[in-house]
Amino acid sequence: MTTRWFGARVQRVEDDRLLRGHGRFTDDIDEGALESVLVRSPYAHARIRSIDVTAARAVPGVVAVYTAADLPFGQTDLPILIPHPNLTHGRTQRCLASEMVRYVGEAVVFVVAESRSIAEDAADLVQVDYEPLPVVITPEAAARADHLVHDDVPGNVAAELIQEAGEVQAALASSPRRKRLHFRFERGAASPMEGRAVWARWSTAEHKLTVYDSTQSPTSIRGGLAVLFGLPESNVEVIAPDVGGGFGPKIMLFYPDELLVPFAAMQLGRPVKWTEDRQEHFTATNQERGQVHEVEVGFNDQGNLLALDVDFIHDGGAYTPYGIILPIITAAQVPGPYRVPNYRVRFRDVYTNATPTSPYRGAGRPQACFVMERTLDAIAAELGLERAEVRRRNLIQPDEFPYEVGVVWQDGNQVVYDSGDYPALVERALEMLGPRPEGDHIGMGLSPYVEGTGVGPYEGAHVQVLASGKVVAATGIPNQGQGHATVWAQIVADQLGVNVSDVEVSSGDTRRFQWGVGTFASRAAIMAGNAMAVAAGMVAEKAKHIAAEHLEADPADLELAGGRVQVKGSPDRGIPLAAVAVLSNPMRYAFGGGTEAATQFAAKPRPGPPLHEGEQPGLEATGYFSPVGSAWAAGCHAAYVRVDPKTYRLEILKYVVVHDCGRLINPLVVEGQIEGGVAQGIGGAFYERLAYDDEGQLRNASFMEFLMPYATEIPAIEIDHIETPSPLNPLGIKGAGEAGVIPVGAVLASAIEEAIGVPITEMPLSPLKLFELVSRS
Amino acid sequence: MRVNRVDHSPPSDPRRLLSDHLRHDLGLTGTHVGCEHGVCGCCTVLLDGAPVRSCLMLAVQAEGHDVTTIEGLAEDGAPLHPVQQAFHECHGLQCGFCTPGFVMSVVGLLAQHPNPTAQEVDEGISGNLCRCTGYASIRRAVVRAAELSSPSPRRGEGQGEGGPKK
Repeated sequence: MTTRWFGARVQRVEDDRLLRGHGRFTDDIDEGALESVLVRSPYAHARIRSIDVTAARAVPGVVAVYTAADLPFGQTDLPILIPHPNLTHGRTQRCLASEMVRYVGEAVVFVVAESRSIAEDAADLVQVDYEPLPVVITPEAAARADHLVHDDVPGNVAAELIQEAGEVQAALASSPRRKRLHFRFERGAASPMEGRAVWARWSTAEHKLTVYDSTQSPTSIRGGLAVLFGLPESNVEVIAPDVGGGFGPKIMLFYPDELLVPFAAMQLGRPVKWTEDRQEHFTATNQERGQVHEVEVGFNDQGNLLALDVDFIHDGGAYTPYGIILPIITAAQVPGPYRVPNYRVRFRDVYTNATPTSPYRGAGRPQACFVMERTLDAIAAELGLERAEVRRRNLIQPDEFPYEVGVVWQDGNQVVYDSGDYPALVERALEMLGPRPEGDHIGMGLSPYVEGTGVGPYEGAHVQVLASGKVVAATGIPNQGQGHATVWAQIVADQLGVNVSDVEVSSGDTRRFQWGVGTFASRAAIMAGNAMAVAAGMVAEKAKHIAAEHLEADPADLELAGGRVQVKGSPDRGIPLAAVAVLSNPMRYAFGGGTEAATQFAAKPRPGPPLHEGEQPGLEATGYFSPVGSAWAAGCHAAYVRVDPKTYRLEILKYVVVHDCGRLINPLVVEGQIEGGVAQGIGGAFYERLAYDDEGQLRNASFMEFLMPYATEIPAIEIDHIETPSPLNPLGIKGAGEAGVIPVGAVLASAIEEAIGVPITEMPLSPLKLFELVSRS
Repeated sequence: MRVNRVDHSPPSDPRRLLSDHLRHDLGLTGTHVGCEHGVCGCCTVLLDGAPVRSCLMLAVQAEGHDVTTIEGLAEDGAPLHPVQQAFHECHGLQCGFCTPGFVMSVVGLLAQHPNPTAQEVDEGISGNLCRCTGYASIRRAVVRAAELSSPSPRRGEGQGEGGPKK
């Protein structure tokens, strides 16, 4: 394969329509759809005594009002997406609650009307009689079992898991120095600019359900709907069109609306749509990050880690639809880029009366990184060592790969780091950071990190050369802005010797490719990128074999370049790829650019049928990629900050990132991912806080009070790359989607601690929080 | 009201927001709705040339005014408007949801400050939220848009390279 496009800063092919306002997001689709609204619980924990929808049904323009009793699947618990043997007390909600509600925002009634405003007016008339019950909102209260979220779950514990690598108690006992530490992370919210939305149409004539969904996994949605509605999968089409940011919560399925909207469309015989508003997004769409960690570390006078014992509780929210992936990831990622000879981790996933949790960009890793890096900072402080020096003394070295950590990864296999150069990342970050700026109240923070990316099981791709010579490539994995249409076109273009502009990529549309898993865990580039390379490589081989027959050459002597299949070294002896596409189908076309060229190549008589056994018509192929394990990306962030001693305003003076995601497909796209991730990390570390009160009410459920950063809060970020290719996939790539966000909390905590001289053990921070910490000290 | 140089009659429903009117009555779905309370800026359009939040206005309030949406910046098939072109060159968009609002804000910003300082750039885009880019590429796009919009644009300042690796 040539590497002409791979690695280049190719400008994105998807920009033009988005810039002209011609993007197609789910709420942009209308086609006479009825509109809908969900009536949601205003209580964090309550028994439902009665539901009266009479007045709502009587509103002119209301077409249907559904309660659980009106649904054939109304008494079915929604699925646990990723079961686990240690999830002994998994619980999920029902599509619509009819007996109990366990978080503010839980869906109770579904109203469908001729317009959104009529549906909202009718929703206001729904009468639900609630008997409020005691609420547990913090993970600590949940672990104390102050009250139970589910009557039949003792101690509020959904799952408990203990892992040990080495002999932690013995190693702690023999450590020259020991330290106990406590670290707390609050919940955060992904807050994509587009909330969630679903549009569905039932065609009676074709017996076919079509669903547009702002999901990160249309293939899974399709599979679930087919089973629920008793349809063959071929009669269910699910499309994730343009999606306005995902960042994790859109991988969760099924949200109630994802069942209700298709169900109503089938019942009512008209398209139905539902579009989340921003306020309901704050409580109805999954969150993450709430964890409380107790750490005991043993180390020697040189600062070498000897033993690490971590015991944490994960705030799982009211239900566990996504299983226990988040605490599993934290448990696996605490050791990070360091040698931890003896490591024990225990977690409990506890129920609270809050929105359920599922991955949000980083997914358990920001917490893990914070725990490890804050621990190393504490060791440095105790020993009077430079923080960078403590890290140098514990980093895994480049000659130690593959490196086995001794704990289980999210795919059930052992954590094995495939490749990397962690010391180089740290040294380069320090070099880029440069000398400390002049002035008072300035602090420095530094944090390397690793990230397991590209978990399986697989993704696939279909690549076809058309009779025009243009190439279409499709994969099931959807896109939320990561530039898939460009980077996959680069991979395909290299394999087929065409221009990126000749390749049109389709993604997240089950009509174009029906198999796949989804966009999460920084897996899209590895999984679908390699699948694209496999499929396009198969097409290239097929093209050579067809062309060889007509060029009277050995396929091994042919190459694909400039849109042609040609003899290596004699480019004048060749056939346009378009002509090969025509020749690949024994039934010729009447029109098309390739047809004319193909007529020069008379069919050579050969024995047997025109299509030999094992041959398939069409210049196309379907390929899959399935990895043996995760590819481990890594990086190091460092920063100088200044904290105003009176207002506690944070000023980030310099922020540098060194990043290793293996071979870069498109640096422009990767840098965009990093810059966006760091900004999200800064927001989560210092500005965004979900302010739940004791009653489980989110008191700041709007962008007026939940402070997502604007440009004025985000500094320029300097980025450099090193490339240690992954040996686990043919393209040598590692994921890049989540890296930017992971170490930001650890970096800022370290820098702020130095700037104000007060220990930082929690996230998020804010000017008020710093004022309180300083006042208390 | 004039929308993208075409006269339209106002909506019959007086409580219709301008954003909903543009999207659902006129089919101009390039104007996006991200929060419906005037914070995110996704719904920004130009009213008589100045950026406004179309989710904080009733459509009837735009009667007698000139509204420009993202669809009105460049004709179909015509080259991109300089601000759109700059966002493309500088990778100033990822998912594209906040993008129309940003582009309209920047058109308004450059009308006031054809050569904005770094601070004017930050202030000019600080009414719009983006969750994908971290703003760095948008800042670069504003600077590039100013170059492309000036009578004699400086050359060779593009951030990306259009072609394959040499």
